[in-house]
Amino acid sequence: MNRRDARRLALILLFMPFALWIALLILLPHIGMGVLSLREKVGPRQYEFGFGNYIDFAQEPIYWNTLLRTGSMSLLVTALALIIGFPIAYYIAKIAGRRSRGALFLLCLVPLWVSDLIRAYGWILLLRETGIISGALQYVGLVSQPVEMLYNDAAVIVGLVYTVMLFMIVPLTSTLDGMDDAMIEAGYNLGGNGFTVLRRIIIPYAMPGIVSGCIIVFMLTAGSYLTPVLLGGKNSSWFTETIYEQFITRYNWEAGAAFGFLLLAFTSLVVWLGLRLSGQSLTSTVARS
Amino acid sequence: MGPDDLDLQCLGVSKSFGSVKAVQDISLDIASGSFFSILGPSGCGKTTLMRMIAGFEEPSAGDIRIKGRSVLEVPPNRRNVKMVFQHLALFPMMNVYENIAYGLRCQRMGKEEIRRKVHDVLDRIALPDVAGREIHQLSGGQKQRIAIARCMVLDPDVLLLDEPLGALDLKLREAMKIELKLLQHQFNTTFVYITHDQSEALVMSDRVAVMNNGRFEQVGAPQELYHRPATAFVAGFVGDSNRWSGRVQSVDGAALEVATEGGLPVKCTAANDGTLAKGDRVELFVRPEFISIDRGSQTSGLSGIVDSLLFNGANSRALVRTDSEELVEADITLTGGTDDIRPGERVSLTWAPENALCFAAAGKAA
Repeated sequence: MNRRDARRLALILLFMPFALWIALLILLPHIGMGVLSLREKVGPRQYEFGFGNYIDFAQEPIYWNTLLRTGSMSLLVTALALIIGFPIAYYIAKIAGRRSRGALFLLCLVPLWVSDLIRAYGWILLLRETGIISGALQYVGLVSQPVEMLYNDAAVIVGLVYTVMLFMIVPLTSTLDGMDDAMIEAGYNLGGNGFTVLRRIIIPYAMPGIVSGCIIVFMLTAGSYLTPVLLGGKNSSWFTETIYEQFITRYNWEAGAAFGFLLLAFTSLVVWLGLRLSGQSLTSTVARS
Repeated sequence: MGPDDLDLQCLGVSKSFGSVKAVQDISLDIASGSFFSILGPSGCGKTTLMRMIAGFEEPSAGDIRIKGRSVLEVPPNRRNVKMVFQHLALFPMMNVYENIAYGLRCQRMGKEEIRRKVHDVLDRIALPDVAGREIHQLSGGQKQRIAIARCMVLDPDVLLLDEPLGALDLKLREAMKIELKLLQHQFNTTFVYITHDQSEALVMSDRVAVMNNGRFEQVGAPQELYHRPATAFVAGFVGDSNRWSGRVQSVDGAALEVATEGGLPVKCTAANDGTLAKGDRVELFVRPEFISIDRGSQTSGLSGIVDSLLFNGANSRALVRTDSEELVEADITLTGGTDDIRPGERVSLTWAPENALCFAAAGKAA
């Protein structure tokens, strides 16, 4: 075996885990789901090829309403994460000193060391009727009886924003970090005020990071299950719950598979639209950071 | 020259960062339409001084005046002082046209007028066709000119340039030196140029301030700095010099006789007349071009052996090791003929006493 073959073999071996992961855990299951979603149940244990599951979805408003609701709430979460995350990222990348930068980044990471479930229960502890906030409000005298802050849309959004915040801050910080401070100074020097510099220089420069953070956050939010269920309860009507219900409660795998594909198609469409509107491409954003 | 002719004045400007005094009591007057350089080694405070003029730092003491009016209370975006940054800081997400139009848009100028001004300034920097290009498509020299045009389109009172040639390769840097000088003439705006490269400062400037440890050592025309340096630092920093330390043996007016530490007796001239006395420690500077080299030993001057030749066309040098084991640099002409001086030859070195300058050695430097 000569050296060229050896190098090729090494390359194949290095690439193998990734290829196996993609093929066995992503491609194969999706093909299986795709096939499954195109089977119509015509009788007990009798199936036919057809688009029945998708047609069911289109004919039942509660399904597509849930999907639209999930989509719009995910967009809201993304926007909130961006609005809260941008100043934090800007502070970490541009204003904080070299030494405190690492500590601040670590602080953003700390919540990730605790599992999703525990974090959701943390919010429950705070927001429930007998929880800390309700208790504190009663103690101060602002309310006369316990208030329930769980199981509404606000609780779901707060919980989700909290969960995904880090995934917004990291790409934003890394893009802003690459920005030469002189560019901001040049913006002022040439006569721009704070708002102009932000709008014409900082935000356009950070656009790849903004778009990449938004894509990650939107995908994570739209596909999340635990937080909406725990904080939103039964009326949260998140689309992932509908999918879960089809698979587990109704044992209707065909419909569940179809819904799964619809969620994938829907989020992909939103991401594509977002990229088109911001004039970015996947390679210039997610692939870069 | 009244204050009306001065574009920029600094009056006793100081800046400290904690206990570090970056700039100490700097005063300067820059006349309208002149090319002024601030020359100093890195860390001497020249960038801090420039950032104070631009408004990015606030002086701890002193006043800065532009066109006779104090600007201490004016934020950076309202000062009519524009700056070319070290790495130019062109906006990569905008094309050339938008980069230049940015400042005009900040002034809320009309679209048509912006278009006219941008094309006008592009014509003046001789790049009329690049308006639609992206920044990364430009060459180093073009970027340089766009960065200047971006400032000049705003018609500033003073243009600050922070070592803008540092990132260019040698050949381009030489060309840009001339170009900058021409641009300055063309726009007839006051340029304040910061550099650590003495040749840039000497070639381009009307006046140069040599800065060290937060202070101005000397302010003057390039020729003055070169031929009549006021301090040992200026003599050593501006141009090349042979440098010795020694002790004064005898004083006769401005004419001194000094013995170097290696034991060389040297006739020289005191730079600041009459302040030196016998026995004082001094620093002695002789420029290589004032030393003449002759074959063989002579009674006057130093003698030594040519150690090596540094060929560089018209600027060739000989390194001569004197009998007291010191290396002296002297300019020579190498024609390539047979009578050129070669390494190993015995030579004598002579110079006129007025070309050997003496400075009192600073207590801490000695």
